[in-house]
Amino acid sequence: MKATLTIQRGSPGEMPRVENFEVGFEYGQSVLDGLRAVRFEADPSLAFRFSCINANACKECMMLIDGKVDYACTVRLKEGVTNLAPLPKKSLIRDLVTEIAPPDERL
Amino acid sequence: MKITKNKGATPDAAHIETDVLVIGSGGSGMYAALEAAKAGAAVVLSDRSLIGRGGATVMAQMTVAAALGEQTPDHWEHHLSDTLAAGRGLCDEHLAALLCEDGPRRLREMDGWKVGWARENGHIKQAHAPGHDRPRCAYVDFLSTGPAVSRTLRSRLNVTDGVRRIGDLLIVDIAVRDGVACGATALHLTTGRPVTLAAKAVIIATGGLTGLYRRNSASCNMGGDGYALALRAGAELIDMEFVQFFPIGHLAPRLVGMDPIMWDPFRYKLGGKLLNADMREFEEDYLTSDSRSDGRYVLTRDLATYAITKEVEAGRGSPAGGAYLSFQHVPEAEIRNAFGPVVDRLAANGIDLASRPIEVAPIAHYHMGGIRVDETMRTRVPNLYACGEAVGGANGANRLSGNAITEALVFGACAGQAAAQTVSGRPSSWQPEAAQGALDLLRSAKDRDAPNLAAIILELKAVMADLVGPFRTGEKLQSAGQAIERLKTEIGELPVSSAETFDPVLIDWLDLRNMLLVAQSVALPALARTESRGGHQREDYPAMDDKWTVNQTVGFSGGQMHLGRSTPSGDRTMR
Repeated sequence: MKATLTIQRGSPGEMPRVENFEVGFEYGQSVLDGLRAVRFEADPSLAFRFSCINANACKECMMLIDGKVDYACTVRLKEGVTNLAPLPKKSLIRDLVTEIAPPDERL
Repeated sequence: MKITKNKGATPDAAHIETDVLVIGSGGSGMYAALEAAKAGAAVVLSDRSLIGRGGATVMAQMTVAAALGEQTPDHWEHHLSDTLAAGRGLCDEHLAALLCEDGPRRLREMDGWKVGWARENGHIKQAHAPGHDRPRCAYVDFLSTGPAVSRTLRSRLNVTDGVRRIGDLLIVDIAVRDGVACGATALHLTTGRPVTLAAKAVIIATGGLTGLYRRNSASCNMGGDGYALALRAGAELIDMEFVQFFPIGHLAPRLVGMDPIMWDPFRYKLGGKLLNADMREFEEDYLTSDSRSDGRYVLTRDLATYAITKEVEAGRGSPAGGAYLSFQHVPEAEIRNAFGPVVDRLAANGIDLASRPIEVAPIAHYHMGGIRVDETMRTRVPNLYACGEAVGGANGANRLSGNAITEALVFGACAGQAAAQTVSGRPSSWQPEAAQGALDLLRSAKDRDAPNLAAIILELKAVMADLVGPFRTGEKLQSAGQAIERLKTEIGELPVSSAETFDPVLIDWLDLRNMLLVAQSVALPALARTESRGGHQREDYPAMDDKWTVNQTVGFSGGQMHLGRSTPSGDRTMR
């Protein structure tokens, strides 16, 4: 099966650009699996946050998935297009990475 | 503590001064920070990820071993005797005793901070885990031990003065001046700025190295950073050949939103049968060499890993290449009663335990080896400490279930106290030159032609899993050494970058610089140890050999790795 990840990319101050990546997947795999595959296979410079990979314990992989705030590690990949964008109410750092740390835990 | 723009040669680097720098904010790092602050030190608690979210602690589901004696009479010496037996003769008894003796105090402290240990008739409930002589393991329902421990420690940090928390800070190297640790150099991920940190004491609390393996139960940041930091700073590692594989890591069907080691608590509570492709139980076939079992959940982790691997090799594996784990003999109501909402999460993954078995296989889970320290968590480098899984020695060749979180809390507290004591009233020995090498390295990062580093990390994980995994041979280990050298050449000596902020390519390069060094520090002593013991199994040397009741140490100087040997808990003067 093939999934197309349509990803909003860029840094603050730039015009956001949208890039498409096609990844093969097996039933049951997560959007985070797809994002990691994009880095291994196509573009290692794609930036997104994650830590626990699969356990939904760290809560770092929050992003906008098809217009809804969700965790990339629990939403399943599907055939066809999945739209990914950074969290809209957090300040953008780059690509899908936003500033989600509490203010007193930043440099 | 003050933060200034660093003037002069490094205009873009930020500079921070503190008494104690803690690297890593899992259970051990947070506990160290709390104790150091309690003793009056100014503390910086740093993490490459978010504070208290990454690492291993947050992933733990069960269990925390301590001789609380809440439901069954117990004494820490019984816990010690089980820990030493599991360690197959290689434990540092001083560290193991510290873990067991101080464990109850830390669990009760956590209880007072409302971690929420499961209770029965008013007593903290203690499960009976394999290798323990009695029920000894506390936990938080349902499968929430790690998140509860992390949350509790984060809450304590919120109400503790003197700890500055800084996330998204990747430590590149410990700053060492005249052989003494005096701080660190870091990359601030969200801004891409270098940061220098002057600290009178540095505590490495970066956890283990299971991220070096293809299948692992760790967060992505568990690639062994701390071991590489320690080696380059001049500290020694010990027992690096002993990697613990958790036998029944989830394999199939694909499960999202849950930790792959989740089946352990199911087995504690409900039993559960390991079956081969013929749907036959096989654990007892492998029981001959170990009598420490409770009759219900029988094999210790090293033996269960062996049993499953051998069944697969004999052509009796499950379709995905592991074993079946079945709860079909357990009434549905009992499963629901034991795991409540978890049953619904499983249903969302298409798993119904009452009707179908799942598939499991060994998965890299914990590292017994680590940084060599004394009973106050001091390394041989003055002012450099380590704690938690980053430390080697307490668990010898094989760790008992339940000892990892206890070790995190106890060793964290100990390191925090010791570091605070060291810095009290002393001036900083910081010199900017101590950070120069790491700053130069960061500044040399270029957007140049390079192989896909993310793919090289995958390649390294495959090398480690296939050649330095649970079952090793001299030939495999030699090939691993060659593969590691080849990958070193591929990444080159200078970092690669792709962006100014949050640059995953630069992060991968810095990670590989560490991972390749650490991979070598596992493969080298594994090749030298010509016997099988605990987490180190050699197919070409299948028996335990008394001559090998020694610990191996790894040091690094002049660009070379050196192996040494010492007697367990023996010559402590060399530290």
